[in-house]
Amino acid sequence: MSEAVSILRGRVAAVLGGNIDTDIIYPGRYLNITDREKTAEHLFELAYPGIRPKMQPGDFIVAAANFGCGSSREQAAAALKFSGCGAVIAAGFARIFFRNSINLGLPAIVSPSAHAECNEGDELEIDLAAGVIRNLSRNLSIAAAPLDPRAIELIRSGGLIPYLKARYASAPAAG
Amino acid sequence: MTLAEKILARASGRSRVEPDEIVVAGVDLAMSHENADLVRKAFLEIGVPRVWDPGKIVIIFDHRIPAESEKTAATHKAVREFVEQQGIRHFYDVGRGGICHQVLADNGHVRPGMVVVGTDSHTTTHGAFGAFATGIGATEMAGVWVEGRLWFKVPSTIRIEVEGAFAPWVSAKDLILWIIGRLGAAGADYRAVEFDGSAIRRMTVASRMVLCNLSMEMGAKVAFTPVMEIAPDADAAYERTIHVNLDYDIPEPQVACPHSVDNVKPVSALPEVPVHQAVLGSCTNGRLEDLEAAAAILRGRRVHPRTRLIIIPASQRVFLDALRLGCIETLVEAGAIVNPPGCGPCVGVHQGILAAGEVCISSTNRNFIGRMGSKDSFVYLASPAVVAASAVAGRIIHPEIVMARENAHV
Repeated sequence: MSEAVSILRGRVAAVLGGNIDTDIIYPGRYLNITDREKTAEHLFELAYPGIRPKMQPGDFIVAAANFGCGSSREQAAAALKFSGCGAVIAAGFARIFFRNSINLGLPAIVSPSAHAECNEGDELEIDLAAGVIRNLSRNLSIAAAPLDPRAIELIRSGGLIPYLKARYASAPAAG
Repeated sequence: MTLAEKILARASGRSRVEPDEIVVAGVDLAMSHENADLVRKAFLEIGVPRVWDPGKIVIIFDHRIPAESEKTAATHKAVREFVEQQGIRHFYDVGRGGICHQVLADNGHVRPGMVVVGTDSHTTTHGAFGAFATGIGATEMAGVWVEGRLWFKVPSTIRIEVEGAFAPWVSAKDLILWIIGRLGAAGADYRAVEFDGSAIRRMTVASRMVLCNLSMEMGAKVAFTPVMEIAPDADAAYERTIHVNLDYDIPEPQVACPHSVDNVKPVSALPEVPVHQAVLGSCTNGRLEDLEAAAAILRGRRVHPRTRLIIIPASQRVFLDALRLGCIETLVEAGAIVNPPGCGPCVGVHQGILAAGEVCISSTNRNFIGRMGSKDSFVYLASPAVVAASAVAGRIIHPEIVMARENAHV
């Protein structure tokens, strides 16, 4: 596995509370946008409009428990990814959001305490496989759950679509 | 084994499975609504020419019907063409179906023991028919369209045994809101939920669908109510068992207050909450028994002059049944407007969007910030009876107060 994928480095764009639902992440009114890149324009639009304009590539979103609860809308994970988000770190994820995130190649990292140990603007380094977050700004080591090797493999592939594309590229056309 | 374990064992070709194991299970039914367009794009990107089984895919338009914009019209058109080209057999276009979960039920698509995935979080509804049914995202569904299978982590199971009888004006919605209030919005995260007990076994199928549907709002992967064809083993291992007695625990209707589904209070504990809009519909509570409950309250009464009541039958079939039984006539005479069967304002797109400062009492499933319109609007979730009574009173109210008065505005 390449170093670039298993070690992430970036800045905390925002520290959010618990139960950040998919309507907060991506309002339902924009669900008819099916171009993934365009979903980024509406990230956190209603509840936290200040976050997106200051997002820089590789930035992290940090939150408390049950991030992404609610709808199965994949646009929630897509809007984060295409806003440049490098990873979401939360005390817990709702299951559909977690799967969507990994399937789009966006790391979703479980850390019970990161939301209490990070401030906006902090520089973090994350070791996905080891499950360690280092808060470089505050010189802290923060516990996290290691990401499942299958999830890391999907992230390394760039998500489920490229992964399946590679698997079926050499297969003869099925009837 | 629990129901979830039994079904996943069968679907993955194993004799038994344990919680936290990863299994790859064959999918028996793959359902999508308008987001079939996202699935279609991902499928085309993967580059496999044909879907795995055009007989096992069901596509139902419900989120934006009829098309409210040119953009949606283009999406609908693209999906129709894909359906045609791939020979997808079960497609419910505008006017032929309604809300996806009700349409699956109306047309007998789901059977006990099936593995059902849908690109809609409320796919848990189909546990009322004994299926392992759960929501997935669009990219993952594209993978299902290619391979016909999916990996699952076997969930541990929370068993909820419900005894006793419903008090007057208390229903399945109040029961599940009360449970979500106790367990919290993540209280069943990644878990299966098995409902059982004498109270559950007396419930209508429509009410059982309410329980399975809203279990999603406490994070459940799947939820089940009992069916005859498949049952958990007597020695099944549960993570925990919760006992509810309707007589003692839930003496009155429950309301989920803004802005989370687990912010649940008994209706009598609410302060005076005037409502601008009342919504009766959705995959949670838009079935015939829900419309009948509302009609029973609105018969001979009028919707409060400062309140609008929106009725949305869950499907064409429900709509037709309600028409024939006279419910729709009663509701319209009382001053309600009837939307076409579909998701309507529940998903915050059209047909009843809230302005800043407005309050809505709704029989739907989510009260998140901005869910039904302005980020400064407020959604309270309740049963059909509380919605109908509140529409009459112009404020959130216990139905018994409205019914105790002869007529007009309380």
